[in-house]
Amino acid sequence: MNPYSKWLIKMIHVLTIEFIPYFEIERLDSSARIDRLLKVVKQNKIVLLEGRLKKTEESDLIAKTMSMIDEHFKGIELAVVDPDKAESRRFIERLRKEVVSLLLGDRQGFTIIGPANIVKEIKKDPNKIQLLTEEVREKFPHKKKQGSSKKKKRR
Amino acid sequence: MIKKLMSKLMDKFLTGIFKRKKKIRLGLYGPPNGGKTTLANKICEDWLGKGNAMGTVSAIEHETREVTVKEQIIVKSKDNKKEIEFTLADTPGIATRIDYEDFMKKGMKAKEAKKRAKEATKGVIDAIKWLDEMDCVIVVLDSTKDPYSQVNITIIGNLAARDIPVLVVANKIDMKKANVKKIENAFPQYSVVPISAKKGKNIEKFYESLFEVAD
Repeated sequence: MNPYSKWLIKMIHVLTIEFIPYFEIERLDSSARIDRLLKVVKQNKIVLLEGRLKKTEESDLIAKTMSMIDEHFKGIELAVVDPDKAESRRFIERLRKEVVSLLLGDRQGFTIIGPANIVKEIKKDPNKIQLLTEEVREKFPHKKKQGSSKKKKRR
Repeated sequence: MIKKLMSKLMDKFLTGIFKRKKKIRLGLYGPPNGGKTTLANKICEDWLGKGNAMGTVSAIEHETREVTVKEQIIVKSKDNKKEIEFTLADTPGIATRIDYEDFMKKGMKAKEAKKRAKEATKGVIDAIKWLDEMDCVIVVLDSTKDPYSQVNITIIGNLAARDIPVLVVANKIDMKKANVKKIENAFPQYSVVPISAKKGKNIEKFYESLFEVAD
């Protein structure tokens, strides 16, 4: 196999995304939820979770990640996309959001968690989210001058 | 929870009787290299006198790797009518990733970099644990960087969930790339004070805002 094919295979491999539907974590306690997510991330996969964790669970996720860091596992990149976050001045719009929030709770939006050795950065602004992968090309010098490996998601 | 509520009520009751000063546990939180220790040093030097710096600062991330506490910092209002006694806690920067190789890129040797990374991970865990101990928190953000990072949102969201008053500081306004507006847009529900902790710029406004949030 030529080096370029090897590089391509690695590129495909490093961008494995595992979708976790909310019902899979719904009945788990906070600790088990975090363990479930980190187990996937430690397999070098990017987690796409339907919904979001509670705020305190997010900080527990960071703490648990820190306790796992070693020479091979460098941590995570995390982003929560919350459609409810956008402020609205219109009363009807606010009311609609309140009702949706009441009905769906933490099931709204989605969460992306990626291993830090694969996901370099998740850039977020109110309208879009960008997931930047690590420069795999560094390990493949022939491809160094080509554009960066960038995966862009828009919502 | 009930214990904390009782303690807060007791504090309020005693403050009401003696009309003296309040004692507040004030935490400095934020991502690494936002300028938390620089601000802590500025506060200590302003109210405890020169030579009372809290910690060392560095361009390399995770210089502060332990929670550092300074007690009995009495801050007075501009008109000298009010004063608040703070116990100031400078915390390690909260991050989701720590890579010893990043330290090596800044000139550290492997052994030293690995040690720093290990201490930094413990520091983040401690900083998160200390959240429950705070009465009021200053979130120190670097105004030259993107404020929409999940770490910032998680810190502020956690404080809101714990009902802890928050003051957001947009630090490093002396830098050309500073963009305070972006921080204000990212956290519209909080008052944002633009400062330069290093140069002491707008620090009076910071103390005024601190009084408003902590009082």
